[in-house]
Order: sequence, then C-alpha cells, then structure tokens
Amino acid sequence: MCGIVGLHLRNPELHPRLGAMLAEMLGEMQDRGADSAGIAVYGNPEWAPPGHGCVSLLELDVVPDEVASTLGAAVGVPVAAQLVDTTLVVSAPVPAEELLGAARAAYPDALIAGFGADLTVLKGVGAPRDLTESWGLAHASGWQGVGHTRMATESAVTPSGAHPYAVGPEQCLVHNGSFSNHATIRRELRAEGVEFDSENDTEVGARFVAHQLAAGKDVETALKEVCATFDGFYTLVVSNHDSFAVVRDAIACKPAVIAETDDWVAIASEYRALAKLPGVENARIWEPEPEVVYAWTR
Amino acid sequence: MDTLTIDNSPAPFPTDTAKAETMSPNHHFDLAATPLREVNSALHGDISGEIVIDNPAGAHAVAAGVNAPVKITVNGHVGYYAAGMNQQAEVVINGNAGTGVAENMMSGTVIVKGNASQSAGATAHGGLLVVEGDAAARCGISMKGVDIVIGGNVGHNSAFMAQAGRLVIRGDAGHGLGDSIYETRIYVRGDVASLGADCIAKPMREEHLEELAGLLKAAGFADDDLSAYTRYGSARELYHFKVDNASAY
Repeated sequence: MCGIVGLHLRNPELHPRLGAMLAEMLGEMQDRGADSAGIAVYGNPEWAPPGHGCVSLLELDVVPDEVASTLGAAVGVPVAAQLVDTTLVVSAPVPAEELLGAARAAYPDALIAGFGADLTVLKGVGAPRDLTESWGLAHASGWQGVGHTRMATESAVTPSGAHPYAVGPEQCLVHNGSFSNHATIRRELRAEGVEFDSENDTEVGARFVAHQLAAGKDVETALKEVCATFDGFYTLVVSNHDSFAVVRDAIACKPAVIAETDDWVAIASEYRALAKLPGVENARIWEPEPEVVYAWTR
Repeated sequence: MDTLTIDNSPAPFPTDTAKAETMSPNHHFDLAATPLREVNSALHGDISGEIVIDNPAGAHAVAAGVNAPVKITVNGHVGYYAAGMNQQAEVVINGNAGTGVAENMMSGTVIVKGNASQSAGATAHGGLLVVEGDAAARCGISMKGVDIVIGGNVGHNSAFMAQAGRLVIRGDAGHGLGDSIYETRIYVRGDVASLGADCIAKPMREEHLEELAGLLKAAGFADDDLSAYTRYGSARELYHFKVDNASAY
C-alpha cells in the first residue's frame, strides 16, 4: 500500500508552518503504511543552515561531537552535527558533495539518507506519528517537504528500505506502488557503475532518475524515461531544491490527489491527508492523469 | 440481464407517527466529533428520515452498507467506498468521492456533486449512481446492473467487463472504453479516446433514445440533446471460444 505526501509552499508566510502541515499529512497516511516512514525537508535552518552543505546519515554508531570533529578535520572548516532521532544531520559551509565525500571516506558503512544544500532527510523504522514526534517535525520550517509511510512489500523493514530515496544532490523520490522489473534495471545501472544501498525497488527508481539528471536531462524527460523503462504500479513524487514533480504509471491504480491554491501545492495518496491544509476548501483538487508529468517550481 | 426500468422515485420516508415520536426525524452526525464506526453503526440500526453527516474529511466507507429507505446527505469530500453496498438509501455527497464510490450498490441512489476517483460504481448490481463532475479510470468496472450517469468525463478502461446496466457519459471517455464488455449499454456524448476489445458503436434506435432520455432525466440532465449521443455495446465476438484463435492460447 504505502502513503506519500508532498507539500510545496508558494506563500513565504507559511514557511514556519511547513513542518506542522507535513506532520499532519504524514500522520493521516499512517493507515496506509505503519512499519517505517521518512521525510525530506527543504529549508529548515535548524537542521540545514542556509548556504551550508548538508548530509543526512543513518546507521552510524558514533557520537555527534566525534563526527563533527572528524569531518571538520577532513574539510578544514567547522562541521555541525546533531542527532535527530536516529538520523545524524551534519552541515558545514562547504559544498554538500565535499562534505559527503568526507563522510563516505570516514564512515564507509554509514547509510547516506540524503545530501545537498538546504536538504534534510530523516527516516526510521516505526509508526509514522511516533517518528514525526521524535523528529520534532511540527517545529520545522521550510519551503518544501515530502514524506512517505511504508507498508513493506519489496524489501526488508530497515532504515535503508524506508523512503525517501535522496540519491542525487537535493533530489528526493517517494513512491506509492511497486516496480516489477527493478532487478533488471538495477543490474543495468550497476553495469554502468551506479552503486546501491539496498535491494529496494524504489531505490532503483531514484538511482535511475538521478542517473538521468546527472546526464543532463530535465526532470520531465527523466520521468518520461521512467514511464518508458519501468514496469509496475506507481505514483512518484520527485523533488529537487526548488521544484517538485508528480507522475503515475499508465494503469494509474495507485492513488494520487493533487490540491493547489495560491499559497501551496500539495499531493497525497488520499484526500484525507490534505483535509486540514489551510484553505483546502477553496483549493483546486484533481487526480493526476496517467503518464502525465506535473511539475511545480518556485 | 439488464433491466429497462428506472426506479428513481424518492425514498419513501416513514409516516408511522409512533416511530417518529421515538426517533428524531432528522439525525445529524459530525465526523469531527463522532467516530465513523459509531456513525455507520447508527446508519445500520433502526434509523429513518433524513440524515446529515458533516466533516467527512476524506474518511473511508462513509455511509457504506446502509439498507434502509433513508436520505443521507454528506457535506464534504469522502474517501474510499463511500455508500458502498448501498441498498434503498438516497445518498448525496456534497463533495468529491474517493475510490469505489457506490461499489457493489444493490439499489437506491448515490449522487456525487463533485468528481469521483477510480472504480466508481464497480460491480454494482442496481440503483442509480450520478457523478455530476468527472469520474476517473475504471468507472463502472464489472458493473452488473447499476445505472451510472457521469456529468463530465470518464478515465481509461471504464465499463471494463461490464455485464449489465447502463452507463451514460456526458463528456469524453478515456482509452479502452468497454473493454471485454458483455451486455451493458454505454451512451457517450463526447469523444472516445479508444474502444476496448469487443466494444463497438451501435445505432441509436427509438428504444435507446427513450432509455437515454429516462436516464438523463433521472440524473437531472433532462435538457441534453439526445442526438449528440452515440451508443456503444458489445460486438459479442468474445462470448465463445473460436477454434481459429486456438493458436493464441
């Protein structure tokens, strides 16, 4: 089953409320998947100071202070490190790729949950409402966020099996559905040198999109490539630093509802995740058409 | 077998005064305050008259499984399977409906004032489903006798394997309309992106115009120009195994 949510704020006055809105949306999708959950938040200065490179790390059993000093020595500037529930969030006034390189070298066994400017990715195993509470999501600000509640079908219930998959700079992908030919595509991507963290089908989708974007394609083209290459049932939300996009497979049996106002654009697996958003009673509400790419940029 | 009669007479409200004294003629439920199970449980009990349900907020199975000649008005958007398995009740949803509205309805009327998600009226045996806006993919999938009138467009694979009943589409139909259809009659005013296997356009004879006029009237669209509609139905080529196709198996 699984549930997905995405929120893109147009009105800066709402930025302080991003986390509260996202937490409400995610909690409402707990019925669709309660074994694990994850979020990506763009622009929360408490986690991702503006102008700093940010990396989110999981499965790293080292205290934050030690991580800060180890990575600080590697990049030559002070590094901030804080534990947000089980995710270690690090940032420094260097490009995110530089910080990521230092983290990979120092902690090769850590799971990279996400990286990029202004981006924080948190994920964990447990009930979504408990997780949003542990993350303090309701207090987070920002301009954009995505989230996922997982009912595992394709791989184990572990942090590495939880969405979002944020495998390219500032990129994030959440998925409601399942890919049936992911093993074939993973093999092809591995042959091209792409590395994987899990056996999860969605990770293949995220790596595929990142691979396309890295080759210079735009999001719309990359998502059309997904439609042409992947077999299965899916609704995907693909976010980037300033944009987010939605696409569904040709059969379109996996649900999706989009609501749009002058203040925000939101997508969720079901309307009930949108029901408490401010001004939803006057929102334009529709279901995305199969194999049509919808994209918003701020 | 499909039926040629349209029963859209208003639900007969009880006139039993003794009953009216013990039960309020109007029941009001606020889903923001009362759990859905409690509301549905009340709807399945000894209830009559007019019922109003507020604040559904996309909840699933609102007013599902009702079997009483009551009028239920739901103010707001509902989630999956609203008014599913309905019998006798007239249910009006002042909002959009999620997946499978009025699925497996047996009788009564369900009216959606907004849009409906996929599989509206799926497998329904009887009654009338009206969606005043658009319906998404697979509207009327495997319909077994229900009448469905859609004010706007329907998505792909609508009336897939439809067995009986009538489907009226006042707008356009998506790809694969009526794929593997049995005996449902489909009337479309707009364009059809493509027809599914064994679904073909058929001539509009007098009895079809009459049937269409009755359905449109029942759904509140009596002013439509009937000549703008095309009838679609089964070519009946898939009913029996043909030995010429043996190599395909």
